[in-house]
Amino acid sequence: MLNVSGLKEGFVLDHIRAGKSMSIYHYLGLDKLDCQVAIIKNARSSKMGRKDIIKIECGIDVLDLDVLGYIDHNITINIIKDEKIVEKKTLKLPKKITNVIHCKNPRCITSIEQELPHVFVLTDEEKEIYRCMYCEEQYK
Amino acid sequence: MRHLLSPLDFSVEELSDLLDLANDIEKNPKKYAHVCDGKKLATLFYEPSTRTRLSFEAAMHNLGGNVIGFATADSSSASKGESVSDTIRIISCYADICAMRHPKEGAATVASLKSSIPVINAGDGGHQHPTQTLTDLLTIRSLKGRLDNITIGLCGDLKFGRTVHSLINALVRYENVKFVLISPPELRVPSYIREEVLKGFDFEEVTDLEHAIPKLDILYMTRVQKERFFNEDDYIRMKDCYILDKAKMRLAKDDMLVLHPLPRVNEISVEVDDDPRAAYFKQVQYGVYVRMALILRLLELA
Repeated sequence: MLNVSGLKEGFVLDHIRAGKSMSIYHYLGLDKLDCQVAIIKNARSSKMGRKDIIKIECGIDVLDLDVLGYIDHNITINIIKDEKIVEKKTLKLPKKITNVIHCKNPRCITSIEQELPHVFVLTDEEKEIYRCMYCEEQYK
Repeated sequence: MRHLLSPLDFSVEELSDLLDLANDIEKNPKKYAHVCDGKKLATLFYEPSTRTRLSFEAAMHNLGGNVIGFATADSSSASKGESVSDTIRIISCYADICAMRHPKEGAATVASLKSSIPVINAGDGGHQHPTQTLTDLLTIRSLKGRLDNITIGLCGDLKFGRTVHSLINALVRYENVKFVLISPPELRVPSYIREEVLKGFDFEEVTDLEHAIPKLDILYMTRVQKERFFNEDDYIRMKDCYILDKAKMRLAKDDMLVLHPLPRVNEISVEVDDDPRAAYFKQVQYGVYVRMALILRLLELA
C-alpha cells in the first residue's frame, strides 16, 4: 500500500469508484484551493477491488461536500481533526445542486440567459430524479 | 409576498377561497370597483398574446387600478439584451404587481426570485399557464356547482396542449373525478401524465368522440393543429372526428358543458355557439373575474 502522510485537519474521501477521483477533484473545485491534496488512484480495496482515495488538508469548514451525494453516494467521508477521525459521514442525495449539472432543455430560460445559475431540485428521492428549478425538465 | 407560477401553487382550500372571491366579484362588481385605486399592474409580454394581456388589463381596470407594460419583446429592453432579472428589479420600482408572458420556460420563476412585487406567470413557453387553469376551474365550479364528482372529457391535442395537462393536474386533487381522454393515438397525453399524474385515478383513453360524449359532464375541447401530424392523410382523417357540431351535441347530456381555451378554428362548429351548453365565451368572462380575484389576493387587498 502506498503511504501518504497523515492529515492534521481535513478530509479523506474513501471508496471513490476507481478512476473517478479527478472528476471529483474538479467538482469540488480543489484546483482552485490552495491546500495539500493527495489523489490516490486504483488503490487495492477488499470491498471494491480497486478504488480511488482523495486526501485534502484544509479547514473542515472550507469545503461543501454535499454535492458528492449526487456524484457518488457510496463515497465515505472521514473528517480529520488533530490527526484523528472525528466523524465518518455517509452521503445522501442533496436536495438541491447548483452549477454542477446543466439544463439541456433548449426551451428553458437558462438557454438564453447565460448568467443564471443552473439549479436542480431533487423531486423524487426513490427514483433519484432531479428537475431544473426553472423549467422543471428532468435531468437525464 | 406570494407569486403565482404554477396552477398547483394554491392548495385546494386556498383555491376554493379564491374562487369564492371571484364569484363575489361576479355578483357585486361595484363593491370592488375601487379597491385597487392608485395601484399599478405591469403587463410584461415578451411574446404577443393579446387575449391574455387584455384579460389582465381589463381585470385591473375593473378594480380601479392602472396598467403599464409592453406587448412584444421588441418594444422592451429585452431587445437590447437586458435579462429578466434586471427587468423585474426595475419594474418592481414602477408597479405593484406584474403579469409576465415569456417564450422561455421558467422565465416567471426567474423573475420571482429577484422581484419585490408579486409575479403572475401569464404563460412561460409550453410550461405553465396557471391563470388559464384558474379560469377553467372557476367556469366549471360556477356553472356546475362543484369540482368533485364529475366526468370530464378532454378532446383533441392532448400531447402538446399544456392547458390540458395543467387542468388534469388540478382536477386530480378533487374526489371522484373521471377522465375520458379523447385523441388520435398520435396525440395521446404524454406518458408522465398517464404514469405519474393519473396513476390510480379513474381514466380511459379513447379515439372516438361520439361514443364518449353521452357520459360526459364537461367536454373540454382543444385545437388539433395540422403541423403536429406527419402526413396529410392522417390529419384529414382525424380532424373531422373531433369537430363538435349539432349532431354530436344531440348525443350529449342536457347539462353537459363545452369548454375551450380559445382561439378555436373549426373544432367547434359555429352552430354550437347558441346551444346553452356552450360555455366557452362565458369562460372568457370568468377569466377576467378570476384574474381580478388573483390580483386582490396577491396584493393582500381581499
